[in-house]
Amino acid sequence: MLSYILKRLVYMIPTLIGMSIISFAIIQLPPGDYLTSLMSTLADGGAPIDAATVERLRSQYGLDQPIWLQYGKWMAGILFRGDFGFSFEWNQPVAEVIWSRMGSTLALSFAALLFVWAVSLPIGIYSAVRRHSVGDYVFTFLGFIGLAVPNFIFALTLMYVSFRVFGQSVGGLYSPEYVDAPWSWAKLWDLIMHLWIPIIVIGTSGTAAMIRILRANLTDELAKPYVTTARAKGLPEYKVIVKYPVRIALNPFVSAIGWVLPELVSGVTITAIVLNLPTAGPLLLRALVAQDMYLAGSFILLLSVLTLAGMLVSDILLALLDPRIRFN
Amino acid sequence: MTMTPSLDDAVLEDGPAISGLKPGLAPTSDAAAGQWTLIARKFLAQKLAVFCGGVILALYLVAALAEFLAPGLPDTSRAQFTYAPPQSIGLFTPEGTFQPHIKGYKVEIDQEALRRTFVVDDSIVVPIGFFVEGPAYKFWGLFESNRHLMGPLDPTQPMYLLGADRLGRDLLSRLIYGTRISMSIGLIGVCLSLMLGVVLGSISGYFGGWIDTVVQRIIEVVSAMPTIPLWLGLAAAIPLTWSPVQVYFVITVIVSLLGWTGLAREVRGRFFALRNEDFVTAAKLDGSSERRVIFRHILPSLTSHILAVVTLAVPSMIIAETSLSFLGVGLKAPVVSWGVLLQDAQNIRSISTAPWLLIWPSLAVVIAVLSFNFFGDGLRDAADPYES
Amino acid sequence: MDSPILSVEDLSLDFHLRTHILHAVRNVSFDLYRGRTLALVGESGSGKSVTARALLRIVDRPGQMVGGRILLRTDHIELDLAPLAANSREVRAVRGARIGLIFQEPMASLSPVHTIGSQIDEMLRLHAGLDKKAARARTIELLGQVEIPNPAEMADRYTFEFSGGMRQRAMIAMALACNPDVLIADEPTTALDVTTQAEILDLIKRLQVERGMAMLLITHDMGVVAEVADDVAVMRFGKIVEQGSVDDIFHAPRHPYTKRLLASTLKLEQAAEVRAGQRGEPGPILTIRNLAKTYGGAKGFLGTSKFAVKAVDDVSLTLNAGENLGIVGESGSGKTTLGRLILRTVEPSSGQVLYKDRQGRDVDVTALSKSGLRKFHADVRLIFQDPFASLNPRMTIGQIVGDPLVVAGGHTARQIQEKVAELLGLVGLDPAVMERYPHAFSGGQRQRIGIARALALDPRVVIADEATSALDVSIRSQILDLLLDIQQRLDLSFIFISHDISVVRYFCDRVAVMHRGKVVEVGPADKICTAPDADYTRALISAVPNPDPRHKRMLHRTRFNPDLQPTA
Repeated sequence: MLSYILKRLVYMIPTLIGMSIISFAIIQLPPGDYLTSLMSTLADGGAPIDAATVERLRSQYGLDQPIWLQYGKWMAGILFRGDFGFSFEWNQPVAEVIWSRMGSTLALSFAALLFVWAVSLPIGIYSAVRRHSVGDYVFTFLGFIGLAVPNFIFALTLMYVSFRVFGQSVGGLYSPEYVDAPWSWAKLWDLIMHLWIPIIVIGTSGTAAMIRILRANLTDELAKPYVTTARAKGLPEYKVIVKYPVRIALNPFVSAIGWVLPELVSGVTITAIVLNLPTAGPLLLRALVAQDMYLAGSFILLLSVLTLAGMLVSDILLALLDPRIRFN
Repeated sequence: MTMTPSLDDAVLEDGPAISGLKPGLAPTSDAAAGQWTLIARKFLAQKLAVFCGGVILALYLVAALAEFLAPGLPDTSRAQFTYAPPQSIGLFTPEGTFQPHIKGYKVEIDQEALRRTFVVDDSIVVPIGFFVEGPAYKFWGLFESNRHLMGPLDPTQPMYLLGADRLGRDLLSRLIYGTRISMSIGLIGVCLSLMLGVVLGSISGYFGGWIDTVVQRIIEVVSAMPTIPLWLGLAAAIPLTWSPVQVYFVITVIVSLLGWTGLAREVRGRFFALRNEDFVTAAKLDGSSERRVIFRHILPSLTSHILAVVTLAVPSMIIAETSLSFLGVGLKAPVVSWGVLLQDAQNIRSISTAPWLLIWPSLAVVIAVLSFNFFGDGLRDAADPYES
Repeated sequence: MDSPILSVEDLSLDFHLRTHILHAVRNVSFDLYRGRTLALVGESGSGKSVTARALLRIVDRPGQMVGGRILLRTDHIELDLAPLAANSREVRAVRGARIGLIFQEPMASLSPVHTIGSQIDEMLRLHAGLDKKAARARTIELLGQVEIPNPAEMADRYTFEFSGGMRQRAMIAMALACNPDVLIADEPTTALDVTTQAEILDLIKRLQVERGMAMLLITHDMGVVAEVADDVAVMRFGKIVEQGSVDDIFHAPRHPYTKRLLASTLKLEQAAEVRAGQRGEPGPILTIRNLAKTYGGAKGFLGTSKFAVKAVDDVSLTLNAGENLGIVGESGSGKTTLGRLILRTVEPSSGQVLYKDRQGRDVDVTALSKSGLRKFHADVRLIFQDPFASLNPRMTIGQIVGDPLVVAGGHTARQIQEKVAELLGLVGLDPAVMERYPHAFSGGQRQRIGIARALALDPRVVIADEATSALDVSIRSQILDLLLDIQQRLDLSFIFISHDISVVRYFCDRVAVMHRGKVVEVGPADKICTAPDADYTRALISAVPNPDPRHKRMLHRTRFNPDLQPTA
């Protein structure tokens, strides 16, 4: 088991390197570097800086060095000093800006993942066991809708509906009176009341996809001989289903974290922009629009690492769940 | 002991006992039916998928004939009709004569908000007709015309069947023009994706070994990264100075860049599974070269699956374009796409003033995506007519 | 004889399929008695397995019972299972407790993610009401009874850690856990090797007699019937065509189908009459020298070196022109790999294959270039085991059979069509089937198509890899006769790879016996099948069930323990 986890960890190193290269490529992608944009900003503001200063800054930030060396420096900074570079827009190190936003992103993604599991498990089982029933068709249809509606449209629609029905806007994580208030039960309740909309928005398409996967897998498993064996033992039907095929159909359910989590993180990003939630999303968009590239690249890298960590967790869960994986 | 049954049925039966589902209904024979015949039969049996295929066809028809179908031009703004609400079509005038028409607007001043608002005025009748003359356009930029499928008989009269936006532009016309952009991005994007997937997949499959490993790792890395942040990162790098056409193509490339991994993975998986099939080994032993094995035996088994996977990839491209444009890093005005239209519905204020700006473009996206999903699902189910 | 413990009366089952209704079981009646075994025999599609499942009411959708009674008489109470709901409490109380069931595929029939012990415990807790500890103690006792070594330890292992035979023993322990009155064994040994089959049948028979259970044995193998059954019911297309004592069925069959079934079985108990013997110019056409294939053995991921598996270990054989060489062995003996090595679809690790071509030159197959190998493949052809997977479903029969000719080039479309028609005629198919697709044909017909394809290029050697093992026994002998008939007409040599001794005895002149990658014995077919020299061969031959209830062979078999043999 320990060697298995170790193996997965080692296996992830190349993936991590690949992700960091892509993130760095995005940092480098806009024409010019951030000094160019700084210069133009300063020039716009009527305070142009002279060429010597630019050169000094350029070598100070290592911008005159070859690309791979810059990449190496950036990575070394992150790995050894937790230094992600400098955010020009915020005029402070990226690391100062980024962590609190990553925390809320993680929390929201995790909550959405739990939502996905909690909803899709019972529905998936129901749909597979009662295939072609009215309920199955209803869920299948809802699932298709869930897959078809993009997150941001869903968020806008819920916003509009709640505005019409409750007469209040649902942006942010707290009502105005609680934003700066100290933690209390009332504040927590307020948070929960604000959280359900983003969680539903983010989780719905994942839930729909998961229901389809579980339904397909469970349908396959239900036809396997070991289910007949369990039935031939005289077990009651619900026990036959829950103990055997459902247990095995959980495998794809757990391993699906691998692709559901990137989707959820994606969803958190765009939903947060629409609903104005204090996660990485709005900040990332702002950084990109302002070409504050170190901040943006760091966000992209960290969001990717977040999904990778999720995959590691899913690998471990999978091994716990299935002895065939554990033993090989 | 039970007695042995009498030997009266000593004449041997030559097959299992079957009977038709309904009396007099002979089972059809597909002994001489080829792959595509079987696939078509299996597909046509799925009514919903067939219907959605029709919807997709209709959408592309709208995209193709946008200039003619749209009652107006997408960027004619009339400041005096800001946020004009949708009108509905009536068939009989208040006098009782048959005359398709729409109702005109009148202005009311909202005393509380101190705003001008439009309400439909039932007393003003604006007659409309088919194949009317309206604003001049250049069809696909090729030849000029001013015929429109439908419009007010008097071109100076306003017609806003789906309402107007902040600049008093006709939402219906914009939606129809947007269909061309949004639906074509899906199509072109998926073609690019397919090309990338097939090229990389074949390189990976053909050479195998470390090249295969590298390609697989690249796929893994790309598919493990959350798409929207990546899209944002790539799209934000597009210089503001680029022309709309350039932006259009770059966005298509970005959207397809990140969609090919799923395609490549699926194709590769099926390819490898087929490579170990007995009939492929048989083809090799029959003397077929590697090329012939691939083109004569493996690809024909793959095409229907590829078709299904490709269809199912289109919706994600449409959603990607829409999301990027909505966030302001994708397509930008004056280009009109569904995503660009949704930019006007970004905050609760504009949505509550003019809900149609959210409803109609959203509906277009959802209908397109749903249709592709159902259609692709039907294709996928029909793709392998040989599995039981 | 006392009254039957289970009576089936006029049982009928229908399957509502997409295009038609299949009457899978029609008015089937039989009785089961304590201490006696009724064998329900039939070929594929006869409805025998569905009948067995119907007794426990576990027929899968879309099957449904449309008539009949299933009377279970235990404790002086007669219970009719037929009218009860399939998942009712009464039916569940019968399943596992009164009627135990053993399946064909022990791997697939046991849960892969639960330990063997927990799967048996569950039954004891359910029906016998034992607590956790008592159930486990009883499980361990049961595993001991089915002769699983270290039962206490093995109870905590998973299915994939068991060998095939051990899995089936565990399955038996589970079926017997609650002392059922009736045991249903559905093809319990079909997936097993012949020596393992003998052990499992031994075990089942012994436990049945010890416990005085009634047994319903479902099988397609007349040999197994003769060895194990007391009474026999022969099923065909959902009907029982004949029923009687095992001796009557084997020695005084009345129904033409029973006669035919027996004739096909008995035919394979001797050498074919028409066997060609040595023909053509004598001398070897294929010579295999020290051929070996090793898998694995490379460095593992974290520097740990994995175990090397010798699939084929230093094999030397010759195939003479016009001769039929049989290669027999159990699963994992390396016989299939050997066939693939000769064709080089799998590359040998070492050794040589020499082929004497039409000009009489020796060709070193192991050193051939791609184009040379292509020529070799035109002369040495392969017939596959699976008649379904080996034909491309997307091509017509004409395209499939003609494909080698198209690739070879030099033929007009018309010539190809004529040749294909001729080939189809040769394998006993109407040339008009050329326009059809494989899905329109049965397994036997498909195998004929595969043979026609193999013959398209006028080959000299045909390697048949388990070419008849997917077929029913009556079809099997037809295909073998077809191959022999073709050999009479064309100048062919065969390498016949099979796990089935009787097929090899019928078809081959010489036989090589493989065990764990090595050839343990080569000799004339008659000698190998009657008086073999090697201990392993003796054990193998004596484990083959004899289709004659008056001469049961299996129970007196010789046993072979490879681990007790001196290593060579």
